[in-house]
Amino acid sequence: MNSYDVVIVGAGPAGMACAAEARQAGLSTLVLDEQPRPGGQIFRDIEVSDPGRRALLGKDYAEGARIAEAFRASGADYVSGAVVWNIDSAKRIDYSAGGRSHSVEAKSLVAATGAIERPTPMPGWTLPGVTTVGAAQILLKTSGIVFEDLVLVGSGPLLWLAASQMITAGVPPKAIVETVPKSRYRAAARHVLRALPGWRYLAKGFAMMRAVKRAGVPVHRDAEDIAIEGDSAATAVTFTSGSKRHRIETAHVALHQGVVPNQQMTRVMNCQHRFDESQRAFLPVLSEDFETTVPGVFVAGDGAGIGGAKSAAMRGRLVAMRIAETAGKPVSGERAKLRTALARDAAVRPLLEALYAPSDDVLSPADAVMVCRCEEITAGQIREAVALGAPGPNQVKSFLRAGMGPCQGRMCGLAVSEIIAAARGESPSTVDYYRIRPPLKPLLLSELAGLGAEAPREAAE
Amino acid sequence: MTNRTADLLVIGGGIHGCSAALHAAMRGLDVVVIEKDTVGRHASGVNAGGVRRLGRHYAEVPISQRSMEIWHRIEDLVDDDCGFQRAPQIKVAESEADLDELKARAAHLRAMGFEHEVVLDRGELRAHLPAVAEHCVGGLASLDDGFAQPYQTTFAFSRKARSLGVRFEENCRAQRVTRVGSDFKVTTDRGVFSGRRLLNCGGAWAGEIARQLGEPVEVEPTAPMMLVTGRMPRFCTAVVGNQSRPLSFKQMANGTVVIGGGLRGRALPETNVSELIFSELRRTAETAIAIFPIMKGASIVRSWAGIEGRMPDGIPVISPSSTQEGAYHAFGFSSHGFQMGPGVGEIMAELVATGRTNAPIAPFAITRFAPEADASGSSPTQTEGLSA
Ligand SMILES: Cc1cc2nc3c(=O)[nH]c(=O)nc-3n(C[C@H](O)[C@H](O)[C@H](O)COP(=O)(O)OP(=O)(O)OC[C@H]3O[C@@H](n4cnc5c(N)ncnc54)[C@H](O)[C@@H]3O)c2cc1C
Repeated sequence: MNSYDVVIVGAGPAGMACAAEARQAGLSTLVLDEQPRPGGQIFRDIEVSDPGRRALLGKDYAEGARIAEAFRASGADYVSGAVVWNIDSAKRIDYSAGGRSHSVEAKSLVAATGAIERPTPMPGWTLPGVTTVGAAQILLKTSGIVFEDLVLVGSGPLLWLAASQMITAGVPPKAIVETVPKSRYRAAARHVLRALPGWRYLAKGFAMMRAVKRAGVPVHRDAEDIAIEGDSAATAVTFTSGSKRHRIETAHVALHQGVVPNQQMTRVMNCQHRFDESQRAFLPVLSEDFETTVPGVFVAGDGAGIGGAKSAAMRGRLVAMRIAETAGKPVSGERAKLRTALARDAAVRPLLEALYAPSDDVLSPADAVMVCRCEEITAGQIREAVALGAPGPNQVKSFLRAGMGPCQGRMCGLAVSEIIAAARGESPSTVDYYRIRPPLKPLLLSELAGLGAEAPREAAE
Repeated sequence: MTNRTADLLVIGGGIHGCSAALHAAMRGLDVVVIEKDTVGRHASGVNAGGVRRLGRHYAEVPISQRSMEIWHRIEDLVDDDCGFQRAPQIKVAESEADLDELKARAAHLRAMGFEHEVVLDRGELRAHLPAVAEHCVGGLASLDDGFAQPYQTTFAFSRKARSLGVRFEENCRAQRVTRVGSDFKVTTDRGVFSGRRLLNCGGAWAGEIARQLGEPVEVEPTAPMMLVTGRMPRFCTAVVGNQSRPLSFKQMANGTVVIGGGLRGRALPETNVSELIFSELRRTAETAIAIFPIMKGASIVRSWAGIEGRMPDGIPVISPSSTQEGAYHAFGFSSHGFQMGPGVGEIMAELVATGRTNAPIAPFAITRFAPEADASGSSPTQTEGLSA
């Protein structure tokens, strides 16, 4: 079996920067990523640089291209289209590529698998025509597809970013329905001073909002009691805003309530997690150098807690420096500087987290709302199971099959933990999360039957 | 303050602890169940749900039979259907040699007075399993077996027991068992409990309690592994095993297929962690495809494993203590104890309440593992832990 000093899962800014730094320290490095090209979510297809995509990404483009270039030049091995479906306690990684499964061993493993969008259970969210803002944005980035009547619903920086990108692409959203309650501004105001070192982010945020205004996109603020109407597909979105009920006709709705760390990989390795009240999400418990409670397993990028692309790249480098240090290599002189820069980059976070905390609508959906889409389990059924005595997500799963479908609970896990916690009057950290088991993504039985083949390798350049 | 004394202290809130507690309560005993995690957290809540008499060790057959009678009217006992469904259990023969072995087994059982396992010829096999591979020559079936929902079942037993006054102490580990006068004292994370009788249903962890009672036995922690596929068109209504390679295979009502069959992952009982070993599961995948070619197109969406105690001879300990009067054991069910839960609980309650039973439990005596000298009836040795 192939073996590497470092195996990195995920070729976004964190993974790419980590690989380049690890190679610089002379460590043998492999990067696995399920996409056909490096870039991750934010810099998806960054190497395919047509002018349209450059315009979309604006200033971020140059940064992404630079990281990708350094990664390609680093000499790290890279397998694209590689779906990692298991990692065991000996850091043996099983992944599927080219229709076959392969195994590789890592001395150190870096999960750079980023963030996923928070589940947004609300009436009608499973109707065809409803997607997430992240998914709509990927569609725009990769194929330039935008729906002319797209209504963006929810809150968070990504909502505004996607809106401004759609405007740049010439297809502005039909409306924005923002769920940030008025009272949040007061709560967020407390963090303004601390956020000042991050003024660039704030300026960018205001610029995006101005662009939306200039483009004439109607913005409904302080919206609540949101529902998507439709029998077999979405036909309208309704909500209360300014103490009035509104109804916007549309066949396309994109929902968003912020992003949260993708915990599947760290969960499958039995790393400890904690619930972060400010991010309202489970985070892996990490050392200063981003090492999990499982020795030799690190998390870089948004998987360590939401920090954005800049932080992701810096964390990736810091992780590589730590691995190099452990391997007895001299520590890069840049480490202290990098740590300071990372702290500065994070200054804006408490403000954003307070302002864009998920709305109550999705944290405590009404009984009739579907929560687990794969198995069609409602919030009411989950509350009933709790009333019968189920103490946590795993028992609710055993009872109802919630989280047992093909998505492995990615789409409902956080919502299920929140609903159980609220019903029991406990914190999500007490009720905890689904136990995650491999395969992390569906795997053909015939592919498992042929497990053990050697890995094809493609040098990054 | 909670009442910390009882007629019976049960260690372990799996199917066996819950069933024994329920049956003891039905006999009027005051019972406390001490569970280090939560009820049904381990093997009993996460097993494959197979309610199977087919293919059992001959010694287990009478008890399994008694249990099956309870399964067929499970709702009367626990006010919950436990998701139990009757379904044929079938062991497939891939060769004439396999089939001969199965025929010999059926004959042996008939000689013992049991008729529930019947031989299937080529045609009969296909009548039950239209999707079976061409090369399979026949099989052995137990037509009135079935399967149930494991967590729902264990939970139903505990709920019914609770309703009859049984107290469950969860997140409460029994650390030390001692004897004070005629009573047992169990020191836990949350204080000391005392009871006139003690029942060890500690599953994979039961060895420690047995050791403290002065009768150490080897309980190997194992982690049976299971795979689950995405939904498939309905093609199989029986629970299927194989005579010569490990397999347990069933399609659920929603179309997903659950595949297991004895292959074991890594069990870490100290941390409650079990880990799957896919290089082993490869064989399970091969076997499933060999028996049902339609499985070539299946994709695995989930897997799991649970921690279960295995005895060196593969059958459980169902036994009075040989060292302490009033202490009893029911553990080490070696990957097939779910089906036996209802029946063994009834037997243990009878033993606890009356000190005796007619059930044929001699083959399961804890003394069968004792070194030669002890097995020959010498007085029980007093070891650490019991001199309080
Ligand atoms: C994946 C899998 C599939 C299986 N499939 C089948 C099947 O199809 N059919 C079948 O018949 N059987 C099956 N089995 C086997 C079956 O699940 C077990 O034999 C049965 O559940 C054992 O029950 P138990 O009560 O002895 O053990 P457990 O359910 O393990 O319960 C023991 C309990 O004791 C507790 N405990 C231990 N020590 C202490 C202590 N010191 N203090 C407090 N509490 C303690 C533990 O926390 C645990 O909850 C399967 C098992 C697994 C893991």
